[in-house]
Amino acid sequence: MVDESTRKTLSTIPLLKTKAGPRDKELWVERLKEEYQSLIKYVQNNKEADNDWFRLESNKEGTKWFGKCWFIHDLLKYEFDVEFDIPVTYPTTAPEIALPELDGKTAKMYRGGKICLSDHFKPLWGRNVPRFGIGHAMALGLGPWLAVEIPDLIAKGVISYKEKNRIGYRVEFIKTYLLL
Amino acid sequence: MSNIQELEAKIKDLEEKLASATQKNVREKIETMSSEVVDSNPYSRLMALKRMGIVNNYERIREFTVAVVGIGGVGSVTAEMLTRCGIGRLILFDYDKVELANMNRLFFQPHQSGLSKVEAAADTLRNINPDVDIHTYNYNITTVDSFDNFTNVLTTSSLTDGPVELILSCVDNFEARFAINTACNEFNLTWFESGVSENAVSGHIQFISPGETACFACAPPLIVASNIDEKTLKRDGVCAASLPTTMGIVAGFLVQNTLKYLLQFGQVTNYLGYSALTDFFPTMNLKPNPNCDDLNCRKRQKEFELKPKPEVAVEAKEEEKPVHEDNEWGISLVEESVDERDVTVSEGVTLAYTFPDQSSIEECQEATSNDVSLDELMAQMKSI
Repeated sequence: MVDESTRKTLSTIPLLKTKAGPRDKELWVERLKEEYQSLIKYVQNNKEADNDWFRLESNKEGTKWFGKCWFIHDLLKYEFDVEFDIPVTYPTTAPEIALPELDGKTAKMYRGGKICLSDHFKPLWGRNVPRFGIGHAMALGLGPWLAVEIPDLIAKGVISYKEKNRIGYRVEFIKTYLLL
Repeated sequence: MSNIQELEAKIKDLEEKLASATQKNVREKIETMSSEVVDSNPYSRLMALKRMGIVNNYERIREFTVAVVGIGGVGSVTAEMLTRCGIGRLILFDYDKVELANMNRLFFQPHQSGLSKVEAAADTLRNINPDVDIHTYNYNITTVDSFDNFTNVLTTSSLTDGPVELILSCVDNFEARFAINTACNEFNLTWFESGVSENAVSGHIQFISPGETACFACAPPLIVASNIDEKTLKRDGVCAASLPTTMGIVAGFLVQNTLKYLLQFGQVTNYLGYSALTDFFPTMNLKPNPNCDDLNCRKRQKEFELKPKPEVAVEAKEEEKPVHEDNEWGISLVEESVDERDVTVSEGVTLAYTFPDQSSIEECQEATSNDVSLDELMAQMKSI
């Protein structure tokens, strides 16, 4: 079910051990720390391998996650907002990752831009509860989805390359500044 | 000028039409169910079940509250059936809106697209049977924000302000099923799980009484219906297929068993499957898993063990005698060694995935939580 390169990526994402969801007060904080540590390591690995492809952050409770992911196609960078909630039954059930701006543009999506994960991802998640975390969901769920869907959507002309303007960058910079 | 007069006349005409369309044939509430056989009695055919000796106490249906979670292809039809049967109170949960893409299913109509499913359904249902008290909740039950309200509604919304008598899961995803399962195990609520496969040609219903029968976490969906190559069905660009037929059939099974459970007639089926391609209807009993992952499920199992059980008469059977009285050579049958991983499942189903193979991940490292605080980690993540 998993090819060699995915297996290799997978082996570098730290595994988690605390089985706790957002309703398990203190244990959830423990789990959340593991999530962050695993994610930080994964992003650092990606940067080192020159394969940086997403950023995520959460609300204070760690129940709502948001950020950006991007995909390079023909030397052009296509960027999308990512968001998802941590379900009450996490980590038994995986988060449902959504790319809201692509809602309605592809059939491989559920309402609200939730990407279709049933086939390639859910069985894998199911047999690795609670060791898989958000990093694994990104690597095994969203990553392969983007790799298949984005080139197809570009070819169909459903999405097109948007040149980032300076104002955009500036707004983003101010936003980041305010968050700090 | 004549133009304005014409328009005014037209408006008046349309207003009259609208008024007559919305007011005509709206029936008044009915205080008590009557079994009188007259054309004007909406309950005469249901009350006839008593005369036929099927149900002893049909009018008790008005004392019950049923919650339907998910008002899609199965849930909306389920809600309509219960409404027509005259259920006391109906509670509807869904966070979605009606879309034109839903029109291959029953119940919703094109003019309702854009409305929230629960509101659109409640409007239609109140019109069909104003005696049913319908409550609606428009949110996603799997989110942390809504879950507490969800459990609160389930435990306090019966006609006597107690827990609802039955919950029907008509959702279309694993996450929502798990959320319902978690709530029902925690608050000891009886429910039916139902589902239609993504390829639209199989479905099932499952009766879940916490501690007594397998919960949804006792046997996670390791098994899927076989006899069909999914790749042939999953065409490019199609995420999920659906048919009004399969969904109607599953809704029918669901409400039939709901009526049997509430009004105590016939036998409630523990698990009923349906394979449309072969018209195969497996039924089975599912015992709870003593090692279930859900702590509350294990707790309910212990409670159930301590409860006195109604005695079931077992037919007396003559003891089988051995074919040969003596065994001069000491011959005995030895069980063949069985490969532990070879788990057998019922006819018509295969395993979708096996249990974890430790070797595949042992080379991974663990995310160990040392003394770093969560705030520090969040800041670190943000600054990468």
